[in-house]
Amino acid sequence: MNVRNYVRFEFFSIPENIAFARSCVGAFASQLDCTLEDVEEIKLVVSEAVSNCIIHGYENNPTQMITVIVSIDDHGVLEIVVEDRGRGIEDLPRAMEATYSSDPTRMGLGFTFMKSFTDDMQVDTAPGKGTTVRLRRSFLKNEEALA
Amino acid sequence: MSLEFKKVRSTLVVRVSGEMDMLIADKMRAEIDKRIDDRNIKNLVLNLEKVTFMDSSGLGVVIGRYKRITAKQGRMFIVGARPQVEKILFFSGVNRLVPLYKSEQEVINI
Ligand SMILES: Nc1ncnc2c1ncn2[C@@H]1O[C@H](COP(=O)(O)OP(=O)(O)OP(=O)(O)O)[C@@H](O)[C@H]1O
Ligand SMILES: [Mg+2]
Repeated sequence: MNVRNYVRFEFFSIPENIAFARSCVGAFASQLDCTLEDVEEIKLVVSEAVSNCIIHGYENNPTQMITVIVSIDDHGVLEIVVEDRGRGIEDLPRAMEATYSSDPTRMGLGFTFMKSFTDDMQVDTAPGKGTTVRLRRSFLKNEEALA
Repeated sequence: MSLEFKKVRSTLVVRVSGEMDMLIADKMRAEIDKRIDDRNIKNLVLNLEKVTFMDSSGLGVVIGRYKRITAKQGRMFIVGARPQVEKILFFSGVNRLVPLYKSEQEVINI
């Protein structure tokens, strides 16, 4: 699998950067054979992953760093990696359940959106070490999909 | 993000523009709540015509206002949601609690 394009960026864990991150990834995804609706879905999943780093990973501590890596391989697969070095998740299966949230004022839908609007989601986490969310979504050209 | 408020008898109409994410959630919550806590306000219409993006933090604001309005026996409606916003309102099931309409006029007529 060859990487055709790759971008990595890092930013402070402040809410102002959520829109920045999702717009960047949305613009990056636009080079693929995708619709505006696809781009909206990509922006949504990035917004969920980055918000989780700020809210849960760093508990709103603004001076921590979040890393986003996006790449496209020669099969038209977009990969988005969002990483924090924050609190980590104790009970991952429970965290990934729809409507579970450790914060009673939240809906617990972030992971559900990430899973539903991508083809593959992997979460790597360790308490006290941080969390890495890896999302993949395929944008095969229609001819390739049929071949 | 900006908010515009209008009062029609006991109904508060809130017109939102911009992106509904975590950045604006607290401010939006506070601005709307201080108006719906007015005892002359019973119902809430959230006009989302100019909302270009909504994620789970934005949905959380919607559901929180729904709880507050139903706690005082009022009703809440959403109008004008664009397709990408409508999609996540359906996906989350929020549309089963807060009915969606095309325009403010349509709600006023019911
Ligand atoms: N980066 C992270 N670091 C630490 N904990 C996390 C992280 N991401 C998610 N979690 C945990 O997983 C739970 C579920 O996350 P999810 O995004 O599905 O819901 P939420 O963020 O609580 O609510 P919503 O996304 O609807 O606002 C969170 O409540 C939190 O406890
Ligand atoms: Mg979340």
